[in-house]
Amino acid sequence: MTVHASLPDTALDPAPLLSVAGVSRFYGERVGCKDVSFDLWPGEVLGIVGESGSGKSTLLRCLAGIDQPDAGEVLFRGLDTPLDIYSVPEQERRRLMRTAWGIVHQNPRDGLRMDVSAGGNVGERLMDRGDRHYGQIRERALDWLSRVEISGSRIDDRPRQFSGGMQQRLQIARVLVSEPRLVFMDEPTGGLDVSVQAKLLDLLRVLVRDLGLAAIIVTHDLAVARLLTDRLMVMKDGHVVEQGLTDQVLDDPHHAYTQLLTSAVLSV
Amino acid sequence: MTTMIRVENVAKAFTLHNQGGVRLPVFGDVNFSVEAGEALVLAGASGAGKSSLLRILYGNYRPTSGTIHITHGGKPVDIVAAVPRTVLDIRRRTLGFVSQFLRVIPRVSALDIVRDPLLARGATPEDASERAKAMLARLNLPQRLWNLAPATFSGGEQQRVNIARSFVDPSAIMLIDEPTASLDAANRDVVVELIAEARAKGSAIVGIFHDEAVRETVATRYLDITDFRKAA
Repeated sequence: MTVHASLPDTALDPAPLLSVAGVSRFYGERVGCKDVSFDLWPGEVLGIVGESGSGKSTLLRCLAGIDQPDAGEVLFRGLDTPLDIYSVPEQERRRLMRTAWGIVHQNPRDGLRMDVSAGGNVGERLMDRGDRHYGQIRERALDWLSRVEISGSRIDDRPRQFSGGMQQRLQIARVLVSEPRLVFMDEPTGGLDVSVQAKLLDLLRVLVRDLGLAAIIVTHDLAVARLLTDRLMVMKDGHVVEQGLTDQVLDDPHHAYTQLLTSAVLSV
Repeated sequence: MTTMIRVENVAKAFTLHNQGGVRLPVFGDVNFSVEAGEALVLAGASGAGKSSLLRILYGNYRPTSGTIHITHGGKPVDIVAAVPRTVLDIRRRTLGFVSQFLRVIPRVSALDIVRDPLLARGATPEDASERAKAMLARLNLPQRLWNLAPATFSGGEQQRVNIARSFVDPSAIMLIDEPTASLDAANRDVVVELIAEARAKGSAIVGIFHDEAVRETVATRYLDITDFRKAA
């Protein structure tokens, strides 16, 4: 007798959403990131951890279509046909970045339009996608403001009138409103107070789970990685030194550098 | 009888690269299997590696060598070689881990913590809430605490939230590490009942219990891992 016999195998889709092969980027002689390969499946959250200068942000910029890698391929399967994102003109790549995936920047100023209202910031993404009905756009903007816990009464305020934590939540609403398949986040809780961080983390955790998003999150904070990610890649000097299930990597780190990062306490 | 876990030739050693590369062998040549409806209790002195073995079965620690086949969706899957999303799927649908510690997430209520595994397995929100409340009541957690985040709860209260989460929908395989460590006698008896009920429904149990009375009541079989340590 089995306890759970007939549950569908929903988690195991046949094809990865993103396939990364041999991505490298150099700054002159210096290695930004070298020969990084992995697959990401729908609904999976991958964390990239490592200290400053380890290449994790460089890698994220290559994966997200911001900086062209010097070698390698990034294949995105979220559209009708698989697309090597660096095989298309920059204009098309930019359009893809605004519609099929989203980027949450560490500094909300890099992701928001500071001179446009909160509602406009959220609604703009819907217009990029082709929505034209003003009433529906405003309604959806209001819905998303409430989901990120910003009062609807602030919809006409400019982001510069918001606190840092609110700006970050607004940026998240702007990214998620267009229902991307894949989201990139660079230190999403970076510049925030601890209490504000906790709120944002919980919000991200719930949104990622409820929307079934695939996400790649760069962080130097292992607690953030443990809370939000399924899998981890540990980077040092531009190389991936260890990867695996998040709790495996954090609880039983094998590489010397990962052991240093986690200061592994042995529990026998 | 259905074999739920088959462990073959498992060895584990920790290598501490930042402490002179010292290698600490834990055990070697570990071979055993667990059937559905069994409660296998791990025995051996403190430090023998009982918790490490339990974590290896969960896919949390990676063994140095060997295979561990978990019966998942009717088929044996080697959790040692499985890719991360397969391990997560095994944990979501087949394999539960009950520890004495609750990992508290800011702002998430006790009720939501207990509901979560039901929702992940496709229960409706109403059904999940009903069952979660019944389980919290059974473990004598005061109702005024249900909608609060457990960060401020006592150790025993947090532990009961964790147990409620684990037993609200028992997995086909339950790995249990010291579940009764800081519970009073009444709640300890509830935990023993919950384990017996899960087993009656066909769950395979592997556990570590320091409390001798609990151990004697729960166990259908013992496995002394001291011998494996010699083989390390």
